[in-house]
Amino acid sequence: MAVQEFLSPTSLSEAQAAFDENAASSWLAGGTDLLVGIRLGARDPARVVDLKQIPELTAIEIDDASVRIGAAASAFDVLQNSAVPTLFPGLAEALDLIGSTQIQGRCSAGGNLCNASPAADSIPALIANAAQCRILGPDGERMLPVEDFVVGPNQNALAPGELLVELLLPRPSGVTSDAYLRLTPRTEMDIAVAGASVSITLDDSRVCTAARVAIGAVAPAALLVEAAGDALVGSQLDQVAIDAAVAAVRAAAKPISDKRGTAEYRTHVVGVLVSRAIARAQARITETRP
Amino acid sequence: MNAYQEFRIIGSRPVRPDGLDKVTGRARYGADLSMQGQLYGHAVRSPHAHAIIQSIDCSKALAMEGVLAVMTGDDLVKPGNEMLGSGEGAMALKDLVPMVMSQGKVLFHSQAVAAVAATSPELAAEAARAVEVTYEVLPAVTNVHKALAPDAPVLHHDRFPDDYPAKPTNLATHISLTVGEPDAAFARADVIVEQTYSVPMCHQGYIEPHACVARVDAAGRVDLWCCTQGHFAARHFTSAATGIDLGKITVTASEIGGGFGGKTTIYLEPLAVVLAQKAGRPVKMVMDRGDVFRATGAAPGAETRVKLGATRDGKLVAADVDCLMDSGAYNGGPAAFPVYMATACYKLTDARSTGRSVYTNKPKIHAYRAPSMPQVTLGFELAITELAAELGIDPIEFRLINAVEEGDANMMGAPYNRIGLRECLEVARNHDHYKSSLTDGVGRGVAMGYWINAGMQSSAILNVSPDGHVAVLTGSPDIGGSRASMALMAAEVLGIPFDHVQPQVVATDSVGHTDVTGGSRTTLATGQAVIQAAEQCVAEMCRRAAIEWGVEPGVVAWSQGAAHHGDQTLTFEELASRAGTMGGPLTFSSSLNSTSAAPAFGVHICDAEVDKETGRTTITRYTAIQDAGKAIHPDYVEGQMQGGAVQGIGWALNEEYLYNEKGVLENPGFLDYRIPVASDLPFIDAVIVEVPNPLHPFGVKGVGEVPIVPPMPAIAEAVYQSTGVRFRDLPLNPPKIVAALTDSRALLPDPQ
Repeated sequence: MAVQEFLSPTSLSEAQAAFDENAASSWLAGGTDLLVGIRLGARDPARVVDLKQIPELTAIEIDDASVRIGAAASAFDVLQNSAVPTLFPGLAEALDLIGSTQIQGRCSAGGNLCNASPAADSIPALIANAAQCRILGPDGERMLPVEDFVVGPNQNALAPGELLVELLLPRPSGVTSDAYLRLTPRTEMDIAVAGASVSITLDDSRVCTAARVAIGAVAPAALLVEAAGDALVGSQLDQVAIDAAVAAVRAAAKPISDKRGTAEYRTHVVGVLVSRAIARAQARITETRP
Repeated sequence: MNAYQEFRIIGSRPVRPDGLDKVTGRARYGADLSMQGQLYGHAVRSPHAHAIIQSIDCSKALAMEGVLAVMTGDDLVKPGNEMLGSGEGAMALKDLVPMVMSQGKVLFHSQAVAAVAATSPELAAEAARAVEVTYEVLPAVTNVHKALAPDAPVLHHDRFPDDYPAKPTNLATHISLTVGEPDAAFARADVIVEQTYSVPMCHQGYIEPHACVARVDAAGRVDLWCCTQGHFAARHFTSAATGIDLGKITVTASEIGGGFGGKTTIYLEPLAVVLAQKAGRPVKMVMDRGDVFRATGAAPGAETRVKLGATRDGKLVAADVDCLMDSGAYNGGPAAFPVYMATACYKLTDARSTGRSVYTNKPKIHAYRAPSMPQVTLGFELAITELAAELGIDPIEFRLINAVEEGDANMMGAPYNRIGLRECLEVARNHDHYKSSLTDGVGRGVAMGYWINAGMQSSAILNVSPDGHVAVLTGSPDIGGSRASMALMAAEVLGIPFDHVQPQVVATDSVGHTDVTGGSRTTLATGQAVIQAAEQCVAEMCRRAAIEWGVEPGVVAWSQGAAHHGDQTLTFEELASRAGTMGGPLTFSSSLNSTSAAPAFGVHICDAEVDKETGRTTITRYTAIQDAGKAIHPDYVEGQMQGGAVQGIGWALNEEYLYNEKGVLENPGFLDYRIPVASDLPFIDAVIVEVPNPLHPFGVKGVGEVPIVPPMPAIAEAVYQSTGVRFRDLPLNPPKIVAALTDSRALLPDPQ
């Protein structure tokens, strides 16, 4: 079977009407995973509904409290946005590691999330930044934290006909920053063997007042490791605190051994990445507030 | 003494004639040709790595609207024992035919078992799925040691290399060679090193997948367009596999997006020809990337035991090398080159060398740049480095003490002519890179390499047009800038501008036989044919000028693109424009079987830094030094050196085929088969050394293959110097390095 229909709605209501459960529909928020999946025979939609023509889905909006990234906004547009890379340098790092520049012109954070790969780069960064998913369905709207959105490898929490509309991130204060690091054998054009994202907030005396630590490619879905964040809060990010956070992520990791790395290696290296991501996020705060 | 000592434009760096079309997307590669009315072929491939085909039923596929032909292995010849081809591409017909399409037994996963032709690619794929094949599945063996075990499943029941005719085994070849008395020589050694080194099966990494279009005319003549390193070889192999007379097949080589040895054979060509014959319409076939990985020949994995002995003063006295190689499903003969050449860089009068190759349920291995030499050299050069360290001698100094020079012989017996190994080592020792100090955590390795280089058959035709421009026609597909080199050589001899020469790669019927672009032979041998054709042109122009001036031909001199006698001059352009009234068209051809080949030697220096927490290795500085004889177009010599180094870096650090226990490849694509990307690499500093080849008029030595020989041992040594841990099994990927450096297993939480 090949794709029979390609629809390009220009509004959310048209998109909802275009999605036909019986016609094996797939949303297309960029297509960088969907088209590869169709080519490999892993996906076989009869109808593809393109979301790129819906203004609300490609918008990036920032106010005093929050940052909203349309689910189909391209990684390139996010990276070129005047504010987002400064507010979330770690999220920008994650998006900038996806594929190549050409891929980034099509792919989207929302699509990366819905594709729900255990190794997705942007998901740990969204989790660390406490992003929420705004979901529109036939019965209305609901919100879901990103860490609850992915339910398994390539499985998300969307019910049939539901659509991820946008990602809502709390706007960080000047004493909060983030970082994302991944391990790939190559420098780029590769898939994470392990990934780690950290968002931390420091007070005037450099004491950590809030921390979120998320890890990727070491479990069926990216994990929020609350124990790792808890280990940092109240410390000045000294070695004892960092060691405790590293131990917490290694305990939380449930990796498999596969062609991209062994379970032993992933467990080891995700700790290394968390340790380095903490240092990087910390440096970002202290550099701007010496 | 070379016939030409001083050069006008040889050694300059003009833009290659084919460059603009390639960078602007206009060049026509294998999949870029379409013929009117063409069908699309699609191969049915085995889902099993080892099986007996019980039945093939194509009736449902053939009944589909738009499906015009089907074929199976029964449509190809029933092969006997004839050998085909030469050099790197040589193989037996009985291996070639089932390699392109099974004839009853499947020996590797994704082996073609049938093919269909239909009016669209999608329909052809659907029809291929409708072909019903029943298999008796057999246990698969993909590891050479397991394949040699007494209870291993045997792939070929008609092959008895060691124990004829008692019992067939998976041992494909077993060769041994001894010079002098190695055992007695080891007894004289003060220090002996003996270690085993291994390197995995590796892909050539060419970007363009295999592709072809075949057309059969009403009289049964075949026109074949394909992406190949040698269209004469493609014609020969296709003729042998299909039984169609060689003379009825014309093959045109498309532009080629990389080959590195992997395109010196055929895969799709006989299928497209048979389908076109059956359907009466042209058939196009394009392999997808996954099938390139799963079903075409990779470079063999190898395990090499090396024993070396030296005296306290640094003199190497004995060597014993035993190389065990993976041949894949059919005989690729990978063990011969290591046997003959493992010791080729060193003065050694007492040495033993053994090579074995083993059948496994993987695609038949194929040539990859200096076939088998990187694998055996990993072991030999690392052992040399380990020996030098034990003796407390600088690794380059140790190599200088023992390096071969003119008059020395390697294990094949013939003494070397003028070679440039010692010159390369001197350049390395005095290079700023080698003299620079190392920062903390960075290690440095040095290694050298040899490749025999081929001569073989080449032809050229040179046609002069009335405006003084020249077409140079050859049968050598241009992989690494050979058109530019041919144009430079013709222009040099004729004394005309580079851009007045149009070098072309023409079809099999349009030029004399030419062997594959491989063996580092094209600039040397095809270049020699071009030089000879150009010299014929000069001689004829001088003869015509002599007639014009009423003098003996011998007194007319040729220089600066003109014939001269006294104060009389006739330019190339004048003689070209007046050809019609001075004796007729000016057209010249030359064919030769070159005996001018000279071996290539290179020395590489590598700095590497290992991140001891993550196990990632970064190559921080790299210098490749090589004797090119005479660099015709230095850009493309440097390009070969840089490309070989980069491929060696990939092989050393991350590249390997990952098979599961059923013999299915788990990483059939460039995402998980990790060749390096540009940002993984430092600038590769290429230093050309020129020690002219006395057998070639311009002094040329082949350059294309040897650059992939030294990188692996140089990198492995640099990693050792960075980490303090000696790695002898490649690739040096992050998990392997971390496992060696830390007790990472202890970090796993308890299973409950």
